[in-house]
Amino acid sequence: MAEITKLQEIASQVRRDIIRMVNMAGSGHPGGSLGSADILTALFFSEMNHNPAKWNRDGKGADMFFLSAGHLSPLFYSVLARSGYFPTEELKTFRKLGSRLQGHPSVERGLPGVHIASGSLGQGLSVSCGAALAKRAAGEDNMVYVLIGDGESEEGQIWEAALFAAQHKLDKLIAFTDWNGQQIDGPVSSILDLGDLEAKWRSFGWNCRVVNGNNMTDVVEALRWAKSTAGDEKPKMLLMKTDMGKGVDFMQGTHHWHGKAPNSEQTANALSQLKETLGDF
Amino acid sequence: MKITEKFINTGNKDTRSGFGAGLLEVGRENADVMALCADLTGSLKMEAFAAEFPDRFIQCGIAEANMIGTSAGLALSGKIPYAGTFAGFATGRVYDQVRQSVAYSETNVKICASHAGITLGEDGATHQIMEDIGLMRMLPNLVVINPCDYNQTKAATIEIAKHHGPVYLRFGRPSVPNFTPADAKFEIGKAITLAQGRDVTIFATGHLVWEAIVAAGMLEDEGISVEVINIHTIKPLDKKAVLESAAKTGAVVTAEEHLIAGGMGELIAAFLAKELPTPTEFVAVDDLFGQSGEPAELLKEYKLSSINIADAVKRVIAKKIALSK
Repeated sequence: MAEITKLQEIASQVRRDIIRMVNMAGSGHPGGSLGSADILTALFFSEMNHNPAKWNRDGKGADMFFLSAGHLSPLFYSVLARSGYFPTEELKTFRKLGSRLQGHPSVERGLPGVHIASGSLGQGLSVSCGAALAKRAAGEDNMVYVLIGDGESEEGQIWEAALFAAQHKLDKLIAFTDWNGQQIDGPVSSILDLGDLEAKWRSFGWNCRVVNGNNMTDVVEALRWAKSTAGDEKPKMLLMKTDMGKGVDFMQGTHHWHGKAPNSEQTANALSQLKETLGDF
Repeated sequence: MKITEKFINTGNKDTRSGFGAGLLEVGRENADVMALCADLTGSLKMEAFAAEFPDRFIQCGIAEANMIGTSAGLALSGKIPYAGTFAGFATGRVYDQVRQSVAYSETNVKICASHAGITLGEDGATHQIMEDIGLMRMLPNLVVINPCDYNQTKAATIEIAKHHGPVYLRFGRPSVPNFTPADAKFEIGKAITLAQGRDVTIFATGHLVWEAIVAAGMLEDEGISVEVINIHTIKPLDKKAVLESAAKTGAVVTAEEHLIAGGMGELIAAFLAKELPTPTEFVAVDDLFGQSGEPAELLKEYKLSSINIADAVKRVIAKKIALSK
């Protein structure tokens, strides 16, 4: 349990980073970033086999993570910096001219931890399929992780990749859906309903689990389960039930903070709800 | 020696078969080379590679967007993926995937596009694409190559593995004259002067290089001295070769199986407008979709044949003379 407490503390700092980065930039996507903070914290600080100091874009000899939902960049950058890929100081440059921390992840300026650009939705699952194929060809045992959004799952390419991963038995591919039920224009169910997402992924040939994505114990347990099933010849989908805006009461459970920056007053309010555990950048 | 004696057709062959042969050869040379296809293995002539290297051939099904993304993932992991489909599907259908996951992300993906232009023939306009050069050359980081015959397509297919970065390789379906030397080295970005001339330069690419040679032969008989340059690499454009030849002849005809909009001719014209304004004629399709027909008929119908190139030469020489007065 000590480990879970530690991860929760890191997640709190990551959430502070998200709020502060988006506030400083005056734009960005806090809602989904807050909602998925527990998932990426568990991954980067507990379950992923990675060595930030020796990171290479080709990912050889390590697990790889792809952020398909590129707008969750504040979260991605925070966990990368906090796990040692680059100085936390650099988080201040988010969305600023010349920064390696582009509005959506980019490889152009060589930010460690980012394998590919994302932002235009639906592409990262395909990219992770390619990475998983390459790992298999190299005889590697490492995992490939990818985070997609539920709104993103309205893109047809997601389902092309879903078929492909099952066809090619990519059982070391572990995908997460940030299943918060929200997208820019409102609730997913009222825009383009995904229906029974669990049944869909299962019918596409994936080994699938629904997880409370904001419960650190459940998230860690689910990740361990997913890793343990490598060898079942099926790709894994963890459907992470999350709250958009999790951790900040006025942002939680609504699509209104999908892509909006808090002002200074709102920022102060949000930060008062999130414990500073590792020191602000 | 007459240009038509210098370049001998050793027998008609399709450029896509040049791709298939090149893919097999580069696959033997380099174990990192992989091939992906979206249910068009036969059409792309990828069967030999798939048979010899089953573990390095990835059937993607009719899901081109995923094929491009998967290729990007393979490439960033150190593989050299050759992703093959028809040119229309390899460009317009997956433009955003090529833009974000390949060009912007600088992944070492070789996009191999068959059935480009109008000469795929009877399938009609849904399968003919004459916008692809424009679409692809607009993307930063992407190299755009359009070889002229079987031998050159084979050589280009082998050579692009050595270039670390995304490439769009464009070739076609019809059997066309095979006339470049089988042992010629392919140099990305280096235009090839096929004939020296004084009066006019024809910059041609792809299947129309042969048409340009035939046109030059006809014009030679009429006493017109024609320089013919094969622009097999459209991006990066060999600016030095273009500028030197335009300066020498003072008149330019461009020839390509593509729309004027976005094509090689427009690229050359924009470059010369800035560096050395030169009278120019375009042999290309002006804002039209294609239609069903036989390749040779279509070249005639859409004014892309040797006769049309020769006519354009006469028009541009008349312009040059008028301007000099």
